[in-house]
Amino acid sequence: MADGARIIGREQLARLVEVLAARGYAVMAPTVRGGAVVLDEVHGVDELPWDVGDVQEPGSYRLTERGDGAVFGQAAAVKAIKPVLFPPDELIWRGHRSGTQFSVTDREGQPQRPVAFLGVRSCDLRALAQHDRVLADRAFPDTRYLRRREGVFLAAVTCADPADACFCTSMGGGPHPEEGYDLALTELVDPHRFVVEIGTELGAQVLAEVGSEAAAPEDLAAVRDQIASATERMTRSMDTDGLRDLLYASAESPVWDEVGNRCLTCMNCTMVCPTCFCTTVEDVSSLGSADAERRRVWDSCFSEEFAHIHGGSLRTEAKSRYRQWLTHKLGAWQDQFDALGCVGCGRCITWCPVGIDLTAEVAKLRAAAPLSVGGAR
Amino acid sequence: MFDESLKSSALPKLAVWKFASCDGCQLSLLNCEEELLTVAGAVSIAYFPEATRGVVEGPYDVSLVEGSVTSPEEIERIGQIREMSKTLVTLGACATSGGIQALRNFADVAEFRSIVYAHPEYLSTLARSTPISAHVSVDFELRGCPIDKGQLLEVLAALVESRRPRIPTYSVCAECKRRGNVCVMVANGTPCLGPVTQAGCGALCPTYERGCYGCFGPQNTPNTAALSDQLVAAGMPPEVAMRVYRTFNAAAEPFRRESERQERAVAVAGKGAGR
Ligand code: SF4
Ligand code: SF4
Ligand code: SF4
Ligand code: SF4
Ligand code: SF4
Repeated sequence: MADGARIIGREQLARLVEVLAARGYAVMAPTVRGGAVVLDEVHGVDELPWDVGDVQEPGSYRLTERGDGAVFGQAAAVKAIKPVLFPPDELIWRGHRSGTQFSVTDREGQPQRPVAFLGVRSCDLRALAQHDRVLADRAFPDTRYLRRREGVFLAAVTCADPADACFCTSMGGGPHPEEGYDLALTELVDPHRFVVEIGTELGAQVLAEVGSEAAAPEDLAAVRDQIASATERMTRSMDTDGLRDLLYASAESPVWDEVGNRCLTCMNCTMVCPTCFCTTVEDVSSLGSADAERRRVWDSCFSEEFAHIHGGSLRTEAKSRYRQWLTHKLGAWQDQFDALGCVGCGRCITWCPVGIDLTAEVAKLRAAAPLSVGGAR
Repeated sequence: MFDESLKSSALPKLAVWKFASCDGCQLSLLNCEEELLTVAGAVSIAYFPEATRGVVEGPYDVSLVEGSVTSPEEIERIGQIREMSKTLVTLGACATSGGIQALRNFADVAEFRSIVYAHPEYLSTLARSTPISAHVSVDFELRGCPIDKGQLLEVLAALVESRRPRIPTYSVCAECKRRGNVCVMVANGTPCLGPVTQAGCGALCPTYERGCYGCFGPQNTPNTAALSDQLVAAGMPPEVAMRVYRTFNAAAEPFRRESERQERAVAVAGKGAGR
């Protein structure tokens, strides 16, 4: 934990939202929508999920009453950073035809207010770093992503209460945000207060406007205890040792047949995954109009069309789509981006309607593989 | 409004036909309201009894067919329409899979007939309700009960512009997630057929926190068995798991197969209990 940590109370948390809004940000924070906590625009702290907890298990999500009054006492929200910085449906350009001429009339789309995220998690920050690498750190960066990304303010929080679905510790992360934030809050109850670590100069300026006090050694000890207990309670795990080679060697594994029988090819896993980035491009023209649009829309390797080439789809069966997803995330991603494509947030486990759990599938692949390719030891 | 610069002298001739159906899909065309003038500018509506008394004789460039085939007379009529039409598009669940009236396929029509009609002998009806594609070749099938008017306009635009219609064949879940909905199945335990149903409605029902009941019929690779297993494991009795597939697309092959699988499960359970 960084030196110079500060402490704020509930009034200053409210003040933080006001300061960010006054600086022109759309403040996106956890809030309850349709029976789940999601990140959405809020206009005050009363919209935050005070005393709301969650139970996230394979294929099931339920809200609970915590009883301790904590406001950030949930695990990863189903919608967090990805749909904001990488929207599900986005205009690339709009054009107009007149006679035999064609001109592009819009390349910008809707201007978007800069966004301040309050209450994102360590896994969200690590997934964001993945998107930065995939979308921005390349010869032709995604300019719309970059524009939205550059203006972002990030106030992260420590996960005090990871869900059953979480396994970030085995994917190189942990409940405490380590980098990539402007401010990082750790919520302590009894008395209710937030230890704030400062990550950037901008974060320091914002906190100065909010007002804070120096954190006491007991506060810092409480933060360390919270991190340790959250880490300890995270029981789901994935053995990442030699994962890429394991997947490459498992292309013909019978495990795919079995999971293919359960998979609905519904795409929920890739849509909720904060690192998945696949899109398709759709050309839209409407009846009797001389205007046309090119749009970019979230796609998924679970769709048959996704692998459609001349003559048909390469992946007609569910098992080959599930294999593509896992082999890309945990194998080929390492060759492409020098990292694992999974941050262990558990979203794909919770939000899969039939509760397919990638950590269990990896364990089965290991059990079925010979020792030479990282099979069960 | 129709952009005048795009106007061509020979507008494609459009006809709208009705078979066994409730008229809801044709009404979707009339419901286009704002777009209706655009439609009228892009095609010449030559035959559409629901909307106009004027009749222009065939042949037609485009025939939109609503309804399923349920009588011997209809078999003959769809053959004639096919011959008169360059392109034939079916509208909705009835025309595409047999509709709700295909529930008769699982029962005895003679019995229904004797209960419903005073003089069943005057009635000539087939034992099964079948989709248009069971009788003639179909160029494009629009799903839904009723169809989505945006999809209808898209298909008409594609026909006029000689391009492929942008009609997805993947699951409702994809649209549901893109729309930012919270999954009713995972977060509330509400049964939802979205994972096995074809997109196109914009995930209408889950957007209002209700489960999808499959009115767009099966997506292109539906795993109905795995979804049913999950629903039953979550407490749905097999007779209900059977019935969720016996609605507007009961006769669509993947839905029919699954409801019959559940029916067998019910029968086996019944025998077990009887012993
Ligand atoms: S693969 Fe699953 S657990 Fe990993 S980052 Fe994506 S959604 Fe989270
Ligand atoms: S797992 Fe599938 S959807 Fe996700 S990034 Fe890889 S190919 Fe794309
Ligand atoms: S793994 Fe689950 S969420 Fe992903 S496509 Fe299969 S059934 Fe859907
Ligand atoms: S609510 Fe239904 S359609 Fe939406 S994601 Fe869940 S299962 Fe799919
Ligand atoms: S959500 Fe399902 S039942 Fe509702 S309109 Fe769409 S396809 Fe039909």
